[in-house]
Amino acid sequence: MVNTRIQTQDLNLWFGKQQVLHNVNLPIYDKMVTAIIGPSGCGKSTLLRCFNRMNDLIPETKIEGKITLGEQNIYCSKTDVTKIRAKVGMVFQKPNPFPKSIYNNVAFGLVIQGRHSKCDIHGRVEESLRAAWLWDEVKDRLHTPAMALSGGQQQRLCIARALANNPEVLLLDEPTSALDPQSTAKIEELCLELKKSVSILIVTHNIAQAGRISDYTAFMYLGQLVEFDVTEKMFTVPKDKRTEAYLTGVFG
Amino acid sequence: MNKRKLQNYLGVSVLSLAILITFGFLIVFIIRMFYMGSSVLSWDFVFSSPQKGMTAGGIFPAVVGTFWLTTLAILIAMPLGVFTAIYLTNYGKPVWLVRILRISINTLAGTPSIIFGLFGMAIFVNLMGFNISLLSGALTLAILALPMIINNTEEAIRSVPKDFSDASLALGATQRQTILRVLLPTALPNILTSTIISIGRIAGETAPIMFTAATFYSRRLPKSWNDEVMALPYHIYALMTEGTHAEAQVPIAYGTALVLLMMVLSISAIAIYTRYAIRRNRKW
Repeated sequence: MVNTRIQTQDLNLWFGKQQVLHNVNLPIYDKMVTAIIGPSGCGKSTLLRCFNRMNDLIPETKIEGKITLGEQNIYCSKTDVTKIRAKVGMVFQKPNPFPKSIYNNVAFGLVIQGRHSKCDIHGRVEESLRAAWLWDEVKDRLHTPAMALSGGQQQRLCIARALANNPEVLLLDEPTSALDPQSTAKIEELCLELKKSVSILIVTHNIAQAGRISDYTAFMYLGQLVEFDVTEKMFTVPKDKRTEAYLTGVFG
Repeated sequence: MNKRKLQNYLGVSVLSLAILITFGFLIVFIIRMFYMGSSVLSWDFVFSSPQKGMTAGGIFPAVVGTFWLTTLAILIAMPLGVFTAIYLTNYGKPVWLVRILRISINTLAGTPSIIFGLFGMAIFVNLMGFNISLLSGALTLAILALPMIINNTEEAIRSVPKDFSDASLALGATQRQTILRVLLPTALPNILTSTIISIGRIAGETAPIMFTAATFYSRRLPKSWNDEVMALPYHIYALMTEGTHAEAQVPIAYGTALVLLMMVLSISAIAIYTRYAIRRNRKW
């Protein structure tokens, strides 16, 4: 029995006059990895950014439809967007730690929420770094600049930073496209570990990656959700011709 | 030598000549300044008051006056400028308002400094009744420094990668928290460096303080912001245009110029060094 963590209903999105998403209906299941694949410009990242309302930052964005997180419609006018973003963590394509120490990067989310107890923050920082498999590598230099870490470590630090907020959902926007194969493998394994406690939605250009780590896959094309299914099913017997064409490398 | 090589040679020669001329002027200028002013230069010159109607003695009241004028002006201009820049970069809406603000700032930046002097006299000295005083002069200089500080701060804030503010917002920070905890700390070194450079600029201004703060001759130091003050650039002007003992006054004028030059240069040196130190440590 799978529970739905986020439900998307008839989501339409425009940037200015251009419609980018058409009638998207996508569930995100609890404690599963859901991958969004599709060719460049199909609206995968835009869809991902709907779930933590990062699209609000782009001027002249218009959104219709409903996204519910648990019981709450996140596009309701009464919704506190900062609370949504704390519950729905996000990791970006390019590792983007703050130019602060490793410790302060992870503590950032806690401090802005007004948690000031040193013990409390300290425990949470350690927990998050452990959860992102970074603790052993950085425990002796927590107060050195995060910018000095390697790319893969920086990306895991960004994951730890998002985990510190104790999110229900983690959005990963092509998290490994700027990383070497070894760091990529580590982050993929990490996803499989993390899904025990958090729902993961990952946008990826790498079909093989979607196959390796996701339980469900959504295929998007030209702003539409073409197909959504259990990953194994979609990869073996895709229902739609376009999905099959994309998976077999006819376009993309 | 073929044609293309010749063209190349000529091109490089023209560029080198331009550099030579520029440097030549600078070197002649500095040598001349030292030659004319070094006879009066000493610690005693910097730290004593002028005597015998400016034909002898030192320039200490002018050094102190310039110090206070500049410090006060920066203390007034910096918060105003930084706040304006934050507004323009982060909140600036609607677009037409921002456009008008930008045009105003750039007009202000292109205004001749003597106009600031007249403006300062009309507003601060007469209308607001601050008289010719340290305060009026500092306010006038502050307005002169404002566009520089606003533009530099804006640039410093814009040079903070968008990744940082995205990361902060995505973690649930409000816009205010993102500005205070991410944007400003990251931009601060650049804001400080450019402010230091504008200190150098306003320390040397004569026209804005002419009608608002400066006095020809004062043997005592300013006691409050209501006092008229002596200032280095204006002191040079006074020495060269007033008085009847040119043979005694001209070397003092050059000596004063040297002191002012060294003050401004050392301030710039601090700015250059900080910028260098920051660039070396920066990793994004």
